[in-house]
Amino acid sequence: MSKTTEELEELARKCRVEIVKMVHRAQAGHPGGSLSEVDLIAALYATRMRVRPQQPDWEDRDRFILSKGHASPGMYAVLAEMGFIAHEDLKSYRVLGGVCQGHVDMKWCPGVDFSAGSLGMGLSFGMGCAAAARLDGSERRAFVMIGDGEMQEGSVWEAAMAAAHHELGNLKVILDRNRIQNDDFCEEQMRMFDIPAKWKSFGWNVKEIDGHDMEQVMEGLDFLEAPENCNGPSILIAHTIKGAGVSYMENNPSFHGAAPNDEQFHQAMVELGEVVA
Amino acid sequence: MTRMAATRDGYGQALLDLAENPKVVVLEADLGKSTKSLHFRKAHPNRTISCGIGEQNMLLVGAGLAASGYIPFASTFAIFTERAFEQMRNGVARPNLAVHLCGSHGGTHTGTDGSSAQSIEDLAVFRTLPNVTVLHPSDDVSTRILTKRLAQTNSPSYMRTARNKTPVLYDDTDPESIQIGKGITLKRGSDVAILACGVLVSESLDAAELLQQEGIHATVIDMHTLKPLDTELVNELVDTCGALVTAEDHNVIGGLGSAVAEHLVKNTFAPLEMVGVQDRFGESGQADEMLEVMHLSARYIVDAAKKAIARK
Repeated sequence: MSKTTEELEELARKCRVEIVKMVHRAQAGHPGGSLSEVDLIAALYATRMRVRPQQPDWEDRDRFILSKGHASPGMYAVLAEMGFIAHEDLKSYRVLGGVCQGHVDMKWCPGVDFSAGSLGMGLSFGMGCAAAARLDGSERRAFVMIGDGEMQEGSVWEAAMAAAHHELGNLKVILDRNRIQNDDFCEEQMRMFDIPAKWKSFGWNVKEIDGHDMEQVMEGLDFLEAPENCNGPSILIAHTIKGAGVSYMENNPSFHGAAPNDEQFHQAMVELGEVVA
Repeated sequence: MTRMAATRDGYGQALLDLAENPKVVVLEADLGKSTKSLHFRKAHPNRTISCGIGEQNMLLVGAGLAASGYIPFASTFAIFTERAFEQMRNGVARPNLAVHLCGSHGGTHTGTDGSSAQSIEDLAVFRTLPNVTVLHPSDDVSTRILTKRLAQTNSPSYMRTARNKTPVLYDDTDPESIQIGKGITLKRGSDVAILACGVLVSESLDAAELLQQEGIHATVIDMHTLKPLDTELVNELVDTCGALVTAEDHNVIGGLGSAVAEHLVKNTFAPLEMVGVQDRFGESGQADEMLEVMHLSARYIVDAAKKAIARK
């Protein structure tokens, strides 16, 4: 599962192209959070996840739970690159009967481990997966990606407290700290103050990285897997840019949940190196 | 002398019975002493997961366990299950994960804690969820049997149990006659049929005795499963009795009465009277006092039966 930094960056670039295509095609969806998370999900699947794309329901697989389930294009793009679904399936995003439902759904899409879309639920579900792995005496892990706005949901902290209490060292969280939520910047909607201190005080192992620097991403994933951090749950706080890779979407709350028009789509394809200007 | 017992004790016993299946796990939100999962915890601490006072988390920890091949039984007070309704909806029912949620201390019969603890809407809210089986057994024996049957199903469930003791009805009954989705005929009569659940089943039997003294013959059904409703039995009762009464310690909106009414208006017809909480909150009082103040006791069931018969 070893990949060079360049290979991972190219993988993430291809996924970014698919994300923008999906949202443009559907004229709906969530590009901002997909573009902020995608370097992390791509690196996780390409280098860490113990999964079998041809046998997606293999019982002893690692789990990945996209708790910010609206940012589904980012996950669908990675699942297509990994071979869980066909690239053709990406065209079904938000289409009636489609494999790629608006929010990730375990009943519809191979490789999706939890039907998310309602914030604050994935960490609890991941805790259940981690508890099951421990009961089974299995080495499998539960990786959960949450968003920063999502941390405003109280149930996230129920789960954070419970997972640390039960010392679930096989529970690994990645926080996509992109600083923007639906209506506006998080700082305007609900200030969260010292996020690393919050998780530390709940009994978690904590590390911060730049979530778009692939070398730091790999260091962060090393941290999550490190034996010395398997005494309890760990969280990787990845500082990201909402809309990363498409200039007009970057740090722009308007592209939390909006699709580019044809002109903007073309510009995005140019910026992502997919077409020549 | 009739043996008295609380349905929550039947739940606790069933969990112990189920422990021989290594896939059965128990989730608690601090109230295991009350819901009676504590016996399982004592015997199998490694398969009991404390979720603290955090019902929302508990439901989804259960979902993660169910998705990983386990059979989780989660319990808290009925009133607090409602706090995790959306978790049950989006994280359990929607992906159809077999998490079994038990809400103990349901209904106004719960007593002196007062209205904050008297869930009168739990059956209604969980009945609205696709994939979810909804149960409210009447005694500890049937609760024990039905809980064990839940472990064999592949879909989620909500079961309400009660805090306080009521007469045991099924000590000498063949367990095979107690099945999810099948009402139990406790008494046969051709003038009116009383369909009850939970603590009002024994009240309905008392009501039938009172009616008999007046020459009115009532059928009494323990409708322990609200969903899926035993519609075949309802149809039969319409044919044989021609007048129906439902009785439940629950709001008349959305519970057993509503379930029966929904079926009746769509398929057949018979006058229906609903004994239940008349869309109001409870208050502090002893269990038997609450049945009186909320108009749920045998004499109110008698009145309802007469009204239903008069409307034939």
